[in-house]
Amino acid sequence: MAKKILTEHINVPGIETFDVYRQHGGYAAVEKALKTMTPDEVVEEAKKSGVRGRGGAGFPMGMKWGFLAKPEGIPRYLVCNADESEPGTFKDHHLMRSIPHLLIEGMIVSSFALGAHKSFIYVRGELLYVVRILEQAIAEATAKGFLGKNILGTGYDLELVVQPGGGAYICGEETALLESLEGKRGNPRNKPPFPAVKGLYQSPTVVNNVESIANMPWIINNGGDAYAAIGIGRSTGTKLISASGHIRKPGVYEIELGVSVDEFLNSDEYCGGVRDGHYLKALVAGGSSVPILPAHLITKTANGEDRLMSYESLSDGGFATGTMLGSGGFIVFDETACIVRNTWNFARFYHHESCGQCSPCREGTGWMEKVLHRIEHGHGSMHDIDLLVDISKKIEGNTICPLGDAAAWPVASAIRHFRDEFVWHITNPQEASRPGAVYMGDLAVA
Amino acid sequence: MEEIKPQLLKITFDGIEVEVEPGTTILQAARKIAEADDAQAHIVPPAMCYYKPLPASGGKCRACLVKVSQGSAKDPRPMPKLVPSCITQVQDGMVVENSTNPGVLDTRKAIVEFLLINHPLDCPICDQAGECHLQDFAFEHGSAKTRYEEERRTFDKIDIGPYVQLHMTRCILCYRCVYTADQVTNKREHGVMGRGDASEISTYIEKSIDNDFSGNIIDVCPVGALTDKTYRFKNRVWFTKPEDAHCNCEKCSGKVTLWYRGDEVIRVTARKNTWGEVNEFICNTCRFERKKTSEWVLEGPSKVKRSSVISANKYGSNLVKKPDFALKLAASQFKKIDDGREYVTDEETIRHQSVENNDKANHRSLLANNN
Repeated sequence: MAKKILTEHINVPGIETFDVYRQHGGYAAVEKALKTMTPDEVVEEAKKSGVRGRGGAGFPMGMKWGFLAKPEGIPRYLVCNADESEPGTFKDHHLMRSIPHLLIEGMIVSSFALGAHKSFIYVRGELLYVVRILEQAIAEATAKGFLGKNILGTGYDLELVVQPGGGAYICGEETALLESLEGKRGNPRNKPPFPAVKGLYQSPTVVNNVESIANMPWIINNGGDAYAAIGIGRSTGTKLISASGHIRKPGVYEIELGVSVDEFLNSDEYCGGVRDGHYLKALVAGGSSVPILPAHLITKTANGEDRLMSYESLSDGGFATGTMLGSGGFIVFDETACIVRNTWNFARFYHHESCGQCSPCREGTGWMEKVLHRIEHGHGSMHDIDLLVDISKKIEGNTICPLGDAAAWPVASAIRHFRDEFVWHITNPQEASRPGAVYMGDLAVA
Repeated sequence: MEEIKPQLLKITFDGIEVEVEPGTTILQAARKIAEADDAQAHIVPPAMCYYKPLPASGGKCRACLVKVSQGSAKDPRPMPKLVPSCITQVQDGMVVENSTNPGVLDTRKAIVEFLLINHPLDCPICDQAGECHLQDFAFEHGSAKTRYEEERRTFDKIDIGPYVQLHMTRCILCYRCVYTADQVTNKREHGVMGRGDASEISTYIEKSIDNDFSGNIIDVCPVGALTDKTYRFKNRVWFTKPEDAHCNCEKCSGKVTLWYRGDEVIRVTARKNTWGEVNEFICNTCRFERKKTSEWVLEGPSKVKRSSVISANKYGSNLVKKPDFALKLAASQFKKIDDGREYVTDEETIRHQSVENNDKANHRSLLANNN
């Protein structure tokens, strides 16, 4: 069995309550950090651990904390990004719902490290019941003296606020999240200034993902070096993967970074393989925004090396033959999946969720969706394929926030790897637009 | 006491070196170059959403993207991608490529294409024609054809008050009017509703925009989405004559431009600088209610830029680039219709035939004149 850091006690009955969580070693990290360590020592442990942002970007968390400006007389904030809305990603939801005190404990330790006395958990608007679970956990922790004024008699004060979001995917982008938290329209801000200098209410702010923060109690209890010893290379520790699609055992799995994609996909401990009677066609490894991979590049890289579940190995080969670990949304497609329809579906999502602030994303995402809709419904022409590639190139890198890239990559990569499927849709419009029709290459059409 | 001057930062923009004060944006640095030498005016990046008098504007339309090929002298690594010049501050030793970088021009062409997806090219009936930033931007950087064949968005007309007409179909969502309402007027009554390409400028449940400075949202609109109800359809800008004038106004500076058709004042606007930005915002009384010459102290004709539609045929043949030889060559290669004749594609033969044809044409016209 692989090392479990976040989900070790997740199946213990009653773990969502303070008492059961405490019995299983909960809040020991708060006691250790607040009573025996300085904030800088906590930051140092985070740096040593090498833990990287689990929201998708993969930026080292300790380094991010190190960038926080510390001007005199201005408050600092920690904001937990729990606005998980990436299609295919549902790990933070699982963590908050099942073991809310782990996040609360991580928030206390992290806030202490950053010198924040008011911290926020910004939860996806659709998950109102999770908001209630977290509020209940906060009330319990406050009653036991782990939150509020003078925590455990150490003189450290912390208020924790849970804020439900407005139900927009863009509010998961850190600056749009801050705008939304301030009560404004969720439009991303131009960077610089970065949140570490001017974030929430123009004050220095750190925005971290739920999973990143939930790692902190273990790091404090066991030391950053112990965490760094898990995993592979610069991909240290464990990672929650939300596996879905055409596999035998969909669900949320905690893996040690560095396990092979083959093992994760096919072993009974994890996904259990592609569903019976079918074979692997494609994979989206890190949530809908990352490039899709065809079967021959999933378990082996283009160089013939084993593909591992790590930031480096998944991105091996760049976007030509690789993808990204992203937020860990592992979506598996077997041969019954129509790549064109799926790409249109993704494009429809990004079109719907674009905030509309900057021109390439506002206009480009809608354009891509409409062209894909046409192709899928048998009205495409051959130059539409190159047109799609060109639009995606013109959006990528030219927008305020990464939503433009997120919309462009799935389309560009689908055409890169499955061009013949697009061509088939265009050259066989009547057949392709039939409900359930799938391109089978040289095989018969289903 | 000796005045302490901030240390100037040196920036190279399209190969031209300029020294600017800390805090200057790349766009401002480019404008500084153009102000010093009119011949360099073409290097200034276009700006659709940036408006200097409105703090925090900019960064949205992406029309002004430039390539920073060197970040600073201390950290000479190139920036990872194109940056918006209107909000990116210069660093000492920064090297910027704009009109010298084909990637920048290519992206700009794409931005025009994106903006024109949902902006109708109805310049012949639009009141903003001749003063439209998007018209200039499309003319200078765009392509004559669009590849967009889907349905475009349209809007019903919404009545937003007595003075301003909102024509949402033409809006490019630059947010300038929203910033103006926020920063200039005493009451903000409108904003952006909806998301993505369904976003629209709107008031709260069709309320009217009604305050003393609301007319300024007309001046800041880069396209014809917000127009003056007292002037609409009265004239074309190139038939009018602008005169600077002022009055003693209690609410604003009273410094305006009067737009004459013959002896009649048909429009009053705030005065604009070289970059189409107003220097001082004016009140609605000056703009909409003082339309008699007797109510103003005239200062003389407004300065009109040489490239303005008022002084010259801006979009005329004198500014249009003639198709060059490469285009001709491409055209000959494209038209391969088999009509039995042999088509040549090498440059030398085409040039030779072209000279021959010209000679023949000259000869024919000479004969025609003589007869």
